[in-house]
Amino acid sequence: MKEIVVISGKGGTGKTSITASFAILGGGDVVVADCDVDAADMHLLMQPDYDYSEDFYSGEIAYIDQNKCTHCGKCARVCRFDAISLNNKQYIIDPLSCEGCGYCARICPTETIINKERLAGKWFISNIKSGSIMVHARLSIGADNSGKLVAKVKNEAKDIAFEERKGFILVDGSPGIGCPVVSSLSGASFVVLVTEPSVSGLHDLKRVSKLVKKFNIKAGCIINKADINAAKCAEIMEFLKDEDITHLTNLPYDENFTKAMTQGLTIVEYDKGELREILAESWRKIKQLVTN
Amino acid sequence: MRIAFTSKGTEWASMIDPRFGRTAFIVIYDEETQQFTAVDNSSVKNEAHGAGTATAQKIYELKPDVLITGNGPGENAAQAIKQLNMKIFIDAQEMSLKQAYEHYKNDRLKEI
Amino acid sequence: MTNSKPFKIAIASGKGGTGKTTLSTNLAAFIAEQEEVVLVDLDVEEPNSGLFFTGEPVHEEDNFKMIPHWDESRCTFCGICHKVCNYHAVIQLGLTILVFPELCHSCYACSELCPTDALPMVPKKTGTLKDYQTDNLHFIESRLDIGEEQAVPAISKTKKYSAGKYDNVHIAIFDSPPGNSCPVIEATKDVDFVILITEPTPFGLHDLTLAVETMRALGKPFGVVVNRYGIGNDAVLQYCQREHIPILAKIPNNRKIAELYSSGKLIYQEISEVKASLTDILDFCMKTAEGEVE
Repeated sequence: MKEIVVISGKGGTGKTSITASFAILGGGDVVVADCDVDAADMHLLMQPDYDYSEDFYSGEIAYIDQNKCTHCGKCARVCRFDAISLNNKQYIIDPLSCEGCGYCARICPTETIINKERLAGKWFISNIKSGSIMVHARLSIGADNSGKLVAKVKNEAKDIAFEERKGFILVDGSPGIGCPVVSSLSGASFVVLVTEPSVSGLHDLKRVSKLVKKFNIKAGCIINKADINAAKCAEIMEFLKDEDITHLTNLPYDENFTKAMTQGLTIVEYDKGELREILAESWRKIKQLVTN
Repeated sequence: MRIAFTSKGTEWASMIDPRFGRTAFIVIYDEETQQFTAVDNSSVKNEAHGAGTATAQKIYELKPDVLITGNGPGENAAQAIKQLNMKIFIDAQEMSLKQAYEHYKNDRLKEI
Repeated sequence: MTNSKPFKIAIASGKGGTGKTTLSTNLAAFIAEQEEVVLVDLDVEEPNSGLFFTGEPVHEEDNFKMIPHWDESRCTFCGICHKVCNYHAVIQLGLTILVFPELCHSCYACSELCPTDALPMVPKKTGTLKDYQTDNLHFIESRLDIGEEQAVPAISKTKKYSAGKYDNVHIAIFDSPPGNSCPVIEATKDVDFVILITEPTPFGLHDLTLAVETMRALGKPFGVVVNRYGIGNDAVLQYCQREHIPILAKIPNNRKIAELYSSGKLIYQEISEVKASLTDILDFCMKTAEGEVE
């Protein structure tokens, strides 16, 4: 069973659209994991049925029992996150600022503050239109995007792939280089880097490649909207060669991507011509590289 | 020798838990006394971070000489358990504790 | 404008790639034609605004977060430190205390509750802050080191630096990270106005609704800019209308914009519709600042 993770560093390069296309091409042999939990979008293209859902708890959050509070103010003094303030003579904890460190609860002289598990989101297992299964999630706003929900989604997907004897797990990863990306990458057999030929695209590609190198995972790159800037495109291909990253393909800037998305379709369902062929060829290449 | 396993259950027939930090149970088998103890590690379930270091601390208190696990400890946990004079064997996932123990005795597990 | 401190505008979006950096860099450059302005790039994981400006930094400093450092000579092994750490960033293995900087959230509990002062807090570098100036434009960029996972402390320090150094500037623009989690909260929680930039597609609409939820939870006044207007459909416009969310501008879809952006060039000087949009956006922000809009 092989794990293919698609990441981009920079947002807006087409990562999710491309991952969804691979999911359709892979059909029943692929379990999909939408690990872009902060801004999950795969469900807009895959028609999930939300067959199973579960609350997700992560970290803690402090609560003050106003009935027991003696207003000594010690909690507000020790809080390093400006989460406790005096409002109408009562000490209030701001849930968006509270980091759940527990310090206030520990030093409260009357044991008025308690730490509760923080409901940080929800995750789902769905049947999707490709005939396969997708594990996805929604992180609550202001939640600590620690990578734990990403890990949960991936592990559930792995369990399903193992039980159902599927050949591949396809992961839609998170943007950036932080915790959630690291969590997306752990255990990957192959990484697909999606970029665009712009100064920002190349800049972010370089940063995220460093991370991939650190994990020593084989990688390939798709340059999307490649014809926007031929010079930048060439610069990226040079970089890929230097870094020993397989250049998978170039995709042209094409308004059909958006047209397809607007109809809730992946590009390979909407377009039966060149775009579909390019993506199908990339998927074949990826499968080949990952099984060697 | 005291052998520690990351385990999904509390019996010899239980499967090895491939994870270190978030392993369900830590099972200790003392070869001299033949004592078999399972320690519940489910308190780390809700940890966003630090599952590895928390489990490392727990393992330290149990004082094993050998650890048999699956994927191996992550970066933080690996740093922590370097402090312990413990041999670590990985790739025992998809085996029961009994099978993993037999593999270990026959030098068929990978040491890291 | 009655306050002396800058009117702070954050540019955010739920979804990445909708044009935050395009808007923040062009808006800042546009304002700089008339008056002093500061642009702060708070997308510390992937800071991109700097790619659109040239010049050397006038100041550079490390971003750091505070972590405990174990002073063996003072330790009595009472175990309080690891008992009070909710993140398992401090653990005790026999006669050794180990600190894990990546797990530490800098709450200071272990340090302040240690009875013998054996865990003083010390700074640990997490990245670099650079301060550039070109005529009227001050540009501050903070960059997280690869391998550092916590953006929030870096964002917080950068805001403090900007507030400390440029408190007499009229307008400050914060280029926020994408998404709706902690880093975005930190970047937007003390600003005066938030511009949510989106695109008129299903992904854009979906992520906009999450961003709107976040801004409402923070109680921030906000408005929407629709970028690449013309692609997709009108669902975003209808949503904003239903929710009584002001639309500050619709920037038309134009391949030339993508090309200019890809080369790291500013756009508004070459594309008149963009300049017009910036004027509208600035007008709305200033009216909000003067209390003429609720």
